[in-house]
Amino acid sequence: MIIAVASGKGGTGKTTVATSLALAISELSPIVLDCDVEAPNAHIFLQPEFDKRREVNIPIPKVDEKRCTGCGHCAEICQYHAIVSVADKVLVFPQLCHGCGSCTLQCPEKAITETPRPLGMLEAGPAKSGIRFARGVLNVGEPMAVPVIRELKQWQLVHDGAKVIIDAPPGTSCPVVESVRGADFVLLITEPTPFGLHDLRLAVTLTRELDLPAGVVINRDGVGDTGVIDYCQNSGLPILMRIPLERRIGEAISRGQTLVEAFPEYLPRFRQLYDQILSSSKNRADPVQTPNTETQPPSSIKARSP
Amino acid sequence: MKVAITAGEPNFEAKLEPRFGRCAYFLIVETETQDWKPMQNPAADAMGGAGPQAAQFLADQGVEAVISGEFGPNAYTALEAAGIRMFRTRVENISSLFEKFLTDQLEPISGPTSPQRHGGRRARG
Repeated sequence: MIIAVASGKGGTGKTTVATSLALAISELSPIVLDCDVEAPNAHIFLQPEFDKRREVNIPIPKVDEKRCTGCGHCAEICQYHAIVSVADKVLVFPQLCHGCGSCTLQCPEKAITETPRPLGMLEAGPAKSGIRFARGVLNVGEPMAVPVIRELKQWQLVHDGAKVIIDAPPGTSCPVVESVRGADFVLLITEPTPFGLHDLRLAVTLTRELDLPAGVVINRDGVGDTGVIDYCQNSGLPILMRIPLERRIGEAISRGQTLVEAFPEYLPRFRQLYDQILSSSKNRADPVQTPNTETQPPSSIKARSP
Repeated sequence: MKVAITAGEPNFEAKLEPRFGRCAYFLIVETETQDWKPMQNPAADAMGGAGPQAAQFLADQGVEAVISGEFGPNAYTALEAAGIRMFRTRVENISSLFEKFLTDQLEPISGPTSPQRHGGRRARG
């Protein structure tokens, strides 16, 4: 079961919801993956102790000038224009290289070898309440977030039955697509303002493009206008939870507290949210997925449902 | 000698397009005959790496000098390796810039003139 928490707009409360959802189902030993690798911050709420670390690299070409004949084949086939062949010289632009390996494979003189270029780091370890936590950290100034997110997801998604909560980056570009890809459900966090609505529409377009079931959490409920609610009703998007705009909530989060820890009355609401997600994703006909415990909510969850 | 001038339209009387990697056209001018022809820039809409791709294109055309408004670091590195001299100028009519080039009134550059950019329309919310 993989739940991706996403949004078009930044700052809507993805991390707030992802961390409280994880704490609400902590008996199931969920894994939280902070995929917002450019600015990961879920660890501040969940306080993991990292005991595993791994560097993320991509292989970039290194040209042996003695063997290179300057034929230019590498420059012709590079989709990213990361290698140019001019005046019998071959130049590599490491920051443009996606590490696909085409140049190395296709060099007729076998003049290209690969050398690793570090993009960032993966870190994992136990966090609060039996939650397992992992995050990717992109190096500062590094444009290529996708390989870090991809390796983070491959590194930690250990077994089929795992309950995985993905804290996605904002926006709708490649890092978001990579974060939500393969999820069983996408939880879209928004706020009831024209800005929230504008970016929610973009995020919904993305989930539909990827054919992923989605539902909405409205954060800071009570401000703004009715645009988001009208839009959800008209486009068949379920509103699964509303978190009111309250000063006490803002203050608790500003102190680094999670919502359910500061206000335990939210625990049953987040458990209910999890149950709703389970039933929404199980209603979906998906022949590819092998039947596992996900088809039946664990009895412990049922017992706790209000 | 072939000179390339960055242009937004295939017209010798048009104004210079100041971006090197993402100009729509290069006007390739032969200095001896003053014949010119427009060539579409294959990198104009590239997702990334427009500078190196445009530089590779000009090197493949046998161009020896290029006139534009801005040269990024990757474009500069590739053009320099290709032995193509770079001239930076303000936006003016291409025909008058070509005259200035012929009479040595344009300044060659010795380093990139604009910062590194990634992608054509990249934004993050």
